[in-house]
Amino acid sequence: MEFKFNWEENKDKIEELKKVIEENKGKKGALMPVLHEAQRIFGYLPIEVQRMISEGLNIPLAEIYGVATFYSQFSLIPKGKYQIGVCLGTACYVKGAQAIIDKIKEELKLEVGGTTKDRKFSLQATRCIGACGLAPVMTINEDVYGRLKADEIPAILKKYME
Amino acid sequence: MNIYRAHVLICGGTGCTSSSSDKIQNEFELKIKEKGLDKEVKVVRTGCFGLCEAGPIVIVYPEGAFYSHVKVEDVEEIVEEHLLKGRIVKRLLYKDAVEEDTIKSINEVGFYKKQKRIALRNCGVINPEDINEYIAFDGYMALGKVLTEMTPEEVIQVVKDSGLRGRGGGGFPTGLKWEFTAKAQGDQKYVLCNADEGDPGAFMDRSILEGDPHSVLEAMAIAGYAIGANQGYIYVRVEYPIAVQRLEIAIKQAREKGLLGKNIFGTGFDFDIEVRLGAGAFVCGEETALIASIEGQRGMPRNKPPYPANKGLWGKPTLINNVETYANIPQIILKGAEWFRSIGTEKSPGTKVFALGGKINNTGLVEIPMGTTLREVIYEIGGGIPNGKKFKAVQTGGPSGGCIPADLIDTPIEFDTLTELGSMMGSGGMIVMDEDTCMVDIARFFLDFTVEESCGKCPPCRIGTKRMLEILEKITSGKGEPGDIEKLEKLANTIKSASLCGLGQTAPNPVLSTLKYFRHEYEAHVNEKRCPAGSCKSLLSYHIQEDLCKGCTVCAKVCPVGAISGERKSPHVIDQDKCIKCGACLEKCPFNAIVKK
Repeated sequence: MEFKFNWEENKDKIEELKKVIEENKGKKGALMPVLHEAQRIFGYLPIEVQRMISEGLNIPLAEIYGVATFYSQFSLIPKGKYQIGVCLGTACYVKGAQAIIDKIKEELKLEVGGTTKDRKFSLQATRCIGACGLAPVMTINEDVYGRLKADEIPAILKKYME
Repeated sequence: MNIYRAHVLICGGTGCTSSSSDKIQNEFELKIKEKGLDKEVKVVRTGCFGLCEAGPIVIVYPEGAFYSHVKVEDVEEIVEEHLLKGRIVKRLLYKDAVEEDTIKSINEVGFYKKQKRIALRNCGVINPEDINEYIAFDGYMALGKVLTEMTPEEVIQVVKDSGLRGRGGGGFPTGLKWEFTAKAQGDQKYVLCNADEGDPGAFMDRSILEGDPHSVLEAMAIAGYAIGANQGYIYVRVEYPIAVQRLEIAIKQAREKGLLGKNIFGTGFDFDIEVRLGAGAFVCGEETALIASIEGQRGMPRNKPPYPANKGLWGKPTLINNVETYANIPQIILKGAEWFRSIGTEKSPGTKVFALGGKINNTGLVEIPMGTTLREVIYEIGGGIPNGKKFKAVQTGGPSGGCIPADLIDTPIEFDTLTELGSMMGSGGMIVMDEDTCMVDIARFFLDFTVEESCGKCPPCRIGTKRMLEILEKITSGKGEPGDIEKLEKLANTIKSASLCGLGQTAPNPVLSTLKYFRHEYEAHVNEKRCPAGSCKSLLSYHIQEDLCKGCTVCAKVCPVGAISGERKSPHVIDQDKCIKCGACLEKCPFNAIVKK
């Protein structure tokens, strides 16, 4: 595994997760809400975290791994400090979203679904985010860039490089 | 209560929020305060106005002045001129809203004229985060009427008589669904709202949840009363943070007012609602997969029957409807089945909301009576195709639907007519395509989507869609062989008939419909290694026309791989081996000397 889970650094987060597990224990259909919370706390779902949930909720690890890998929102590797999402909904695609993705891949030497080694950027091709009026659209964390052209990408990325 | 002389409505939908409408709101509040107008003018953040193309949108009442593309810097001028001095800032008005010297009211603007807003009735009108505004627009009246004046059977009868059909795509009669679930035996029943709007390019459910969340809550409570359930769940995409937040606020406010919870209206009826988040799986829009997901499993569909009406969430009888379907219910209860039937067509009464996108001037959300033709939607409401391009096809129904060609544009929009054309209503995505869109590539795009989203449970869908995608990739990259098209057709028909759930059964539609109407494009790719739309990169090449080239060297400078060479003031040439077909030269050439073939 390229990214190692650090128990010491994550001490507080583990405590927070334990609380979440405690609150949801015994509730019907608790797994999805707990996984959402865990992903929010840690930013991703490493196997160590899945194991804690498994023990806490008394659900087999295999089942948890199955659920965690089924849904595209859950990630088994950490996301970058800046999460780039390029919308590949139909409207964006028709308006040239593929060229935007290609440019980002080229600029950051990054594949879709990957995270740069320095954990600075990660790249996702997202499903329609519903901002079709602004197609093609890219998001970097909370910032939204609409009506994009590929040659604007380097300048935008540069803002986050410092 | 304070009475205001003017209201500033700012769109708080996802599209406008993405273009900083929140900053515009802050600026308005600040400037209005500076001018001492805060007791006279009220700023309201509403749901989506629908005309996303013109966003961020601000509407000032009582005049109904429709300001479009508003920037933070424009706010001071609007406050100073319009709100203080009473002079409308014409420069910022939406272009269609100005006629000579008078301004048209919103309902006269081309985009809104042909629309009829039932499901979207409160979107862009009320503040979705204030339950009192919803109540002021007859909110929760329908629930009150149902609980105090009607029996559950009467409620179901009204919904049945209205002819309302499921707006999530399938078009199943809503009243029948309610009746089945009401008749099912069970100690506990559930009401679910399917807000897992995954169809790429469709965002009506999100807009309803963002703009008018209470209409869905009210309808779910009505449904709960009708079928005998006291617990509801809304399964909503985690990708819709604003919608989730507004739902949470709405549920909290409804509980505080006693409109959700125990003993509603003192009638002894209990009903509560919880929000459950999806996690990015398109297949969870299928009802049995959605139920599995709420239960905390992988979102995989199962065989039907038994239908959720008999065996749904945790094995109990469960009613599941889509957001837009619910949004129609309170109006049907208040105005009656006859009223609803008077709108739309006989087999598809009422309206349908469409998300209009792609190569069209007025991108946005439109609600039209059923039976409106595609032409009216695309040209009269949508304002036609931009840049003088030719209209080629319209895609409805997303990955489950198909492409309808230009010569069938006078088709009235109804559940059954669209299905007959090999497409479907779907949840209401409507993507317009012009002459530059390659139909084979679009089919490939949708197959790429289904392959990614296939849950993998049944082989026809898991393996079949992947094989189809491979053939399409082969064709679009110029490696198509004779027989490929026939193979595609055979696979498509097998997958359609053998797949377990709706995802697989409809996955081949984008291919089948484009094959039906645009077979010549497939043939051109395979036989002539040519993309008629000039969109498939591998089949394209760029050329400089000698007689038009002035030798200005702009193209050589802009080429990222140094593929263009030539002497100054004499015609240049492109080295086809080096060219990566990025098109930069074509865009930059001042003499239009470069063509792609």
